[in-house]
Amino acid sequence: MAKMHVKMTVNGKAVEALAEPRTLLIHFLREELNLTGPHIGCDTSHCGACTVDLDGKSVKSCTLFVGQANGAEITTIEGIANADGSLHVLQEMFREHHGLQCGFCTPGMIVRARRLLAENPDPTEAEVRFGISGNLCRCTGYQNIVKAILAAAATLNAEKEAAQ
Amino acid sequence: MNDQTPTATERAEKLQGLGCARKRVEDARFTQGKGNYVDDIKMPGMLFGDFVRSPYAHARVISVDKEAALALPGVVAVLTAADLEPLNLHWMPTLAGDKQMVLAVGKVLFQGQEVAFVVAEDRYIAADAVELVEVEYEELPVVVDPFKALDPDAPVLREDIADQKEGAHGPRRHPNHIFTWEQGDEAATNAVLAGADVVAEAMIQYHRCHPCPLETCGCVASMDKINGKLTVWGTFQAPHAVRTIASLISGIAEHNIRIVSPDIGGGFGNKVGVYPGYICSIVASIVTGVPVKWVEDRIENLTATAFARDYWMQGKIAATRDGKITALWCHTTADHGGFDACADPTKFPAGFMNICTGSYDIPVAWLSVDGVYTNKAPGGVAYRCSFRVTEASYFIERMIDILAIKLDMDPVELRLKNFIRADQFPYHSALGWEYDSGDYHTAMEKVLKAVDYDGLRREQAERLAAFKRGETRKLMGIGVSHFTEIVGAGPVKNCDILGLGMFDSCAIRIHPTGSVTARLGTISQGQGHATTFAQILASEIGIPADSITVEEGDTDTAPYGLGTYGSRSTPVAGAAAAMAGRKIRAKAQMIAAWMLEVHDDDLEWDVDRFAVKGAPERFKTMTEIAFAAYNQAVPGLEPGLEAVSYYDPPNMTYPFGAYVSVLDIDVDTGEVEIRRFYALDDCGTRINPMIIEGQVHGGLTEAVAIVLGQEIAYDEDGNVTTGTLMDFFLPTAVEAPHYETDHTTTPSPHHPIGAKGVGESPNVGGVSCLSNAVNDAFRAFGHVHAQMPHDHWRIWKIAEGLGLHG
Repeated sequence: MAKMHVKMTVNGKAVEALAEPRTLLIHFLREELNLTGPHIGCDTSHCGACTVDLDGKSVKSCTLFVGQANGAEITTIEGIANADGSLHVLQEMFREHHGLQCGFCTPGMIVRARRLLAENPDPTEAEVRFGISGNLCRCTGYQNIVKAILAAAATLNAEKEAAQ
Repeated sequence: MNDQTPTATERAEKLQGLGCARKRVEDARFTQGKGNYVDDIKMPGMLFGDFVRSPYAHARVISVDKEAALALPGVVAVLTAADLEPLNLHWMPTLAGDKQMVLAVGKVLFQGQEVAFVVAEDRYIAADAVELVEVEYEELPVVVDPFKALDPDAPVLREDIADQKEGAHGPRRHPNHIFTWEQGDEAATNAVLAGADVVAEAMIQYHRCHPCPLETCGCVASMDKINGKLTVWGTFQAPHAVRTIASLISGIAEHNIRIVSPDIGGGFGNKVGVYPGYICSIVASIVTGVPVKWVEDRIENLTATAFARDYWMQGKIAATRDGKITALWCHTTADHGGFDACADPTKFPAGFMNICTGSYDIPVAWLSVDGVYTNKAPGGVAYRCSFRVTEASYFIERMIDILAIKLDMDPVELRLKNFIRADQFPYHSALGWEYDSGDYHTAMEKVLKAVDYDGLRREQAERLAAFKRGETRKLMGIGVSHFTEIVGAGPVKNCDILGLGMFDSCAIRIHPTGSVTARLGTISQGQGHATTFAQILASEIGIPADSITVEEGDTDTAPYGLGTYGSRSTPVAGAAAAMAGRKIRAKAQMIAAWMLEVHDDDLEWDVDRFAVKGAPERFKTMTEIAFAAYNQAVPGLEPGLEAVSYYDPPNMTYPFGAYVSVLDIDVDTGEVEIRRFYALDDCGTRINPMIIEGQVHGGLTEAVAIVLGQEIAYDEDGNVTTGTLMDFFLPTAVEAPHYETDHTTTPSPHHPIGAKGVGESPNVGGVSCLSNAVNDAFRAFGHVHAQMPHDHWRIWKIAEGLGLHG
C-alpha cells in the first residue's frame, strides 16, 4: 500500500516518517516510534488506554488515522515528566495513593488527568469522576485514582500559590 | 554502642514488613509507560497471527479456501485444522479433562470459534487476509438454552464424543451432558424438607459474564531451531502449568520450553486457560522459523475466551418457624458452552460450589450439578473468585433473603440466628469442608453498628410511606450479605489441575552483601506481589523489603508453582515465602552461633538479627550473617545462603466478610444510585493494608458491573449480542460508588503467617449484597426475587410487574 509522509511533534521531538494512510495513530506511536506506554484495550474507543494529548486535547489514539495527526503536537505518558527529569506530580500521586494496580490503564489515565487539570485546575470529586469517565480501569474501582488526581490538583495549586 | 542502636520498633519499621502500607515497587515503571506487556514485545522478523472466526454458533464447515488470502502480498501462511492434524495439534486438552478444537474440525460449536489462522508480515495485512479466506458453512440447529440441551431430541453438539458414555467426571446420560456432580446427603435433606415448618424455594440464575481484563489475551512464540528451544511470552496466569501442558502435547522436552509471563494487564481468571491462539502461534513459529505474535482484540476476547458463571441454581431451604435453618437443597444446571474448558481442580467439576452452605450452621444439605454443552463459548473460569465460589455465595445469600421474606423476618436477624459461632471452628460443613476459622457475629455486628442499620431501616420505612403518598418516585433498598470464601487451592491430596498438584513455591537467594532475590511460582497481574511478598520475607528474614527483589513468571528461573488465580497466591505462595524464609533463618542462626561462639540455642531472633539471650548487645545482623555465609568457612555448613520451599497447604483458607449497601431506585427509569457501600473483610493477617483496600475497591466495582448490567448475552441463534464495550457493561468512574472499608482480623490457624487471601472476597460478597439491595427495595410490594443483571430495563420491569407505574 502506498505510504504517506507524516510529520508531527511527539513529546517535544520532531518526528518524520512514511506510513500507510490507514495506520491508526496508536499503532504508529507504538510500532514506529516505540512509545509503548499508550495501550490498546478495545476496538470501540471506550476504554481510553490509548489516550494521548493532541494539540491540547485528550484523544483516543486508536480512533485517529496517523494522517489526521499530521502536523500535530502530541504528548504521551513518556513525555509528561518534568523538564528536570523528576516525575510529574500525577505520576507521584498515583503511586502515593495506590491509584493503579495492573498498570494497563495508567498511561492513558494519567495523560487524561493531566489535561483535565489543565482544563479545570480545581475540580470537585464529581468533576474528576466525570472528567476521567472516558478511561476505564478494571482493577482499582477508581476511588484511589480520584484521590490521586485530587491530591495532584491540590499540590499543583499550592505550588502555584507559592510561586505568586 | 547501645546508645546508637535503634530500638526494635525502629528496626522493624525500617524493614517495611507485615502490616506496613508500603508503596508499590511496581508503580515506577507503570506510571512512566515503561511496563512490558506482551504486545510491547517486538522481535526481528516477527510475524503476526490473526483468526478467521465462525459467524455461526453451530454449523458444518464444508470447505476453507485459502487461495485469495495466500495470494495477498505479505501473507506467509494460512493454517487450518488439516495443517495441524499431522502434528496432532488440531485438538487440545482443556483444563477440565475435555478436549477443544484448536481450529474447526469439520464443524463449529460457537460464534467466534477459531476456523483458520492467518500469519502475515504485519497486523494490518493479517486482518486483510482474514477477510479473504472463504469458508463455506452449512448451518445446524442451535442450542442456547442449557435446559433444552438435555431434551431427548436436542441437536447433538459434540459428535466427536456423542457415543461416549463415560466423561472425565463420571457417566454421561445424554450426548450434550458433560457430568453430574453430587455432594451431601440427599435422603436426609429430602426428609427434613418434607417435614419442615417452612420451606422457601427459588430458581437463582447467575448469568454469564466475562472477566474482561483491560489487556486482552496474547502471546509471542519463538522457536529457535538452532538450539531447539521454544520460548513463549504470553498472558499466562499459570506459566509453569502452561509449560508442562505445552510439553505434554507438543512432545518438546520441558527443559526446552521457556514460558514467560511479562507484565499482565489484569487477569481476573480470563488468563488461566490455554487458548487456540497460543497453540497456533507456536505452530506458526515452528513452521516459519521466526517469532509469531498473536494478540486478540476486544471482540475476540469477549466472544471466544473464557467466560464466567452461567449457573442456574434451583434451591430449597428449610427452617423452623422461628428461623433456625434445618436443611439446604440445590440443583444446578451449569452451561459450559461448546467444550468443557472450565478451570477447576480435577476432582471438583463444579469447583467449590459445595461451599454453598455459606456462613451458616446448616445440619444437612444436598448439592447436585449437571454440566451441559450448548452452542456458546467455552470457559467457566473463576472470575475474581475462587472456583465457583461467587455462584455458591450468591445462591445462599439470595436464599437467606428469600427465606427471611417467607418467615417475615429481617434478613440480618435470620443471619445472626444461623451463623456458625466462633466456638464452632474448625467447623465441618454438611457438604464436606473444614472451615479453618471465623468470627461472623463480631464482623456482622461491627458493620451493623457502623452503618446504623436500624436507622437505615427506619429511613427506608419513611421513604416507603412517602412513596405511597406520591411524594417521591424513588425506593430505598438495603442489601446485606455475609460471605465465606474458600481459597488457596490447594492441598495436593485433593487439588490438581490436569494432574498437576496445586502447591506453590518460593526460592530465596541472599546475596553476600545482604540483599535478596526471591522467586515464586505465582505471577502478579496487578496484585502487587513484588511489593507484598517482599514484605512477608522482610519480616521473616530481617532484611528491608526495599532490599528484596521479587521475580515471577519466567519458568527458566522461577521455581515450579501453579500460578495466580482463585486467591491462591497469598495462601499458598505466601506461605512458601514464609517457610523458605524460616529455612534461611535456621541456617543463619547456626552461622551466627559460630560467629558469636555460642550454642544455637543461646541465640534469639530480634527483628533483623540474632542476639545472645540475656546479652542483646552481642548480636549478628542478617547482613553480617549473609557475608559470613559466603566468605567464612563455617564448620559443618555449606557456603551460601539460599533456600527453597514447596508449600502444600494442609487446608484451604476461609476469608469472610460482612457487607451492607444502600441504594436508591427510580421506579420510572430503573436507574440505581448506590448511596452507600460498607465492606468489612476478614482476610486473616493483613500484609499491606493499602493493597488490601485497593483490592477491595476493585472487586466491589466488578460486583457493581455484574449486578447492574454486565452480561454475555446470546440471541436464540447463538449470536453474541454484547460482544463489545459498547454493550458489555464496565463501570466508569461515574457509575462506581465511593466505598467504605473496614476489617476484623481472624488469622488462619494453619497458614504460617495467618493470612487468608483477599483479592476475590469483594466480588464474592459484593454481588449478593447489591442484588439483595435491589430485591429488598421492592420487598414491601410482595416482590421476592428477580434475576440479574439488574439493569435499568429489568428493574423497570420489576416495577411494572408490581403495578408501580400506575
